Amino acid sequence: MTAQPTGIATYNFAYLDDQTKRMIRRAILKGIAIPGYQVPFASREMPMPYGWGTGGVQVTASIIGPDDVLKVIDQGADDTTNAVSIRAFFKKVAKVAVTTETAKATIIQSRHRIPEHPLTAAQVLVFQVPIPEPLRFLEPRETETRKMHALEEYGLMHVKLYEDIARHGRIATTYAYPVKVEGRYVMDPSPTPKFDNPKMHCSPALQLFGAGREKRIYAVPPFTDVVSLDFEDHPFEVQTFDQPCALCGAENVYLDEVILDDHGGHMFVCSDTDHCEKRRGDSTSPSWGGRAEGAGGSGLATTPATSTPALRADPPHEGEGKEAE
Amino acid sequence: MTDEPLLRVSALSKFYGSRVGCENVTFDLWPGEVLAVVGESGSGKTTLLNCLSTRLLPSSGTASYRMRDGQWRELYRMSEAERRFLMRTDWGFVHQNPADGLRMTVSAGANVGERLMAVGDRHYGRIRATAVDWLSRVEIDEDRIDDEPRAFSGGMRQRLQIARNLVTGPRLVFMDEPTGGLDVSVQARLLDLLRGLVTDLGLAAIVVTHDLAVARLLSQRMMVMKDGRVVESGLTDRVLDDPRAPYTQLLVSSILQV
Repeated sequence: MTAQPTGIATYNFAYLDDQTKRMIRRAILKGIAIPGYQVPFASREMPMPYGWGTGGVQVTASIIGPDDVLKVIDQGADDTTNAVSIRAFFKKVAKVAVTTETAKATIIQSRHRIPEHPLTAAQVLVFQVPIPEPLRFLEPRETETRKMHALEEYGLMHVKLYEDIARHGRIATTYAYPVKVEGRYVMDPSPTPKFDNPKMHCSPALQLFGAGREKRIYAVPPFTDVVSLDFEDHPFEVQTFDQPCALCGAENVYLDEVILDDHGGHMFVCSDTDHCEKRRGDSTSPSWGGRAEGAGGSGLATTPATSTPALRADPPHEGEGKEAE
Repeated sequence: MTDEPLLRVSALSKFYGSRVGCENVTFDLWPGEVLAVVGESGSGKTTLLNCLSTRLLPSSGTASYRMRDGQWRELYRMSEAERRFLMRTDWGFVHQNPADGLRMTVSAGANVGERLMAVGDRHYGRIRATAVDWLSRVEIDEDRIDDEPRAFSGGMRQRLQIARNLVTGPRLVFMDEPTGGLDVSVQARLLDLLRGLVTDLGLAAIVVTHDLAVARLLSQRMMVMKDGRVVESGLTDRVLDDPRAPYTQLLVSSILQV
């Protein structure tokens, strides 16, 4: 039982009442017992619209305790609206410590990225899932897709990959790339880029997936096989990038394209802001000043905070960095 | 033909509440044989076909099927997983409306390849080569392979549906009015194609039709149904040239002469 005096008399610890948390925990336990299986649960109304992470928030609220340290990322970034709001929400309703540092967090709620920093067995990764059913766009009937999962009829999933190759000459699916979990259930890894799929395989961290609108919870327990589907003659590949991160020079990380101006100027920077900031804090990392492409040159790139409004090339905000308690 | 039948149906009945769908139907189907089921609409043809293809469960009676390994299995005692597996490997089902049997939003090639992928083929090049081969066998141009069936004419859709069903080399195909809704010249070509495929591949087929000409062209044997019961059965030529039951006589004499 995690009910604690919170200071907000009208709210239970972590917003949800304990009956609801128990119900969600049962669904999580069932999900862990059957890796990749979508467990229906009685999703609650949350004080945020569907599509903003109601599933992930409910999972986090059910597993969080007073000693946990929470990190929330939105497309890899700690400083975008969704991440800031959810972090503030749990700070308020659960009085938990929050952080932006991957290594310090015990629970990481993520919208569509897995941090670059390797996770440990002491961490739980919570995904926000919009559409949990990987077969949905091919087979609209829920009764039929459930039967297909039950009978392990997954030929249709390859029809989608076949269509990709027929139209684009390669498997063009870059996110929500279907995986098979522990040799049994085909699962949607939520719209993470397929770059992150290999990180799910045998991850030491527990991975939980919550879909609030669709009312499904599923899980990948630690050290579970997660294999991306492919063809023998078109094997699974992750995205590669021509240049390293323009800010920290990191290679083999997932990069976001940042538009700098209206004249085609752009640069590629780490999608994982915490990773990027850590590297830039290191004196050993290469200078990032001259790496920006296009108009503006190095003069622009050395002052990203003023030249790229609203983008995550911004240096960390003062307040954000101090959140870890 | 071998000494043993492929399908044995015995006293099959299906009731919808107190109304009769089909009643007490008994027959054997032999490998490579085409059986036509004719009768007016509402006579129970489609109910019978749906029962045989296990899309419906009958109220009583049995149907046994000889599997590829020679084992006899009773259809209605098989698990759903086994039945569905049989349905997409050893059997085919050609719907009257191709949209019911095709995936309208994926390309023709993927429609043909789906069954191969469903039984575990994971080699894109091979799947595509097979799809090209089957499209040419049903007279669809190779350059239409990446088009969606939505862009196809009715006759092409029906041919695509046939290719999709035959790609796994089934031994038994169920057809529900395969030429329904097509104009006569397209019908003629489709029948010609079906006849060729059935002969070449040694398929057994159960064809439900209300069109006696289709039955005569395709089938060796036929059953005439009325009000859910089989009123006459025999060799197609015999039934059509020398109908014995009064209803069959009426049916045969109703054919429009051009």
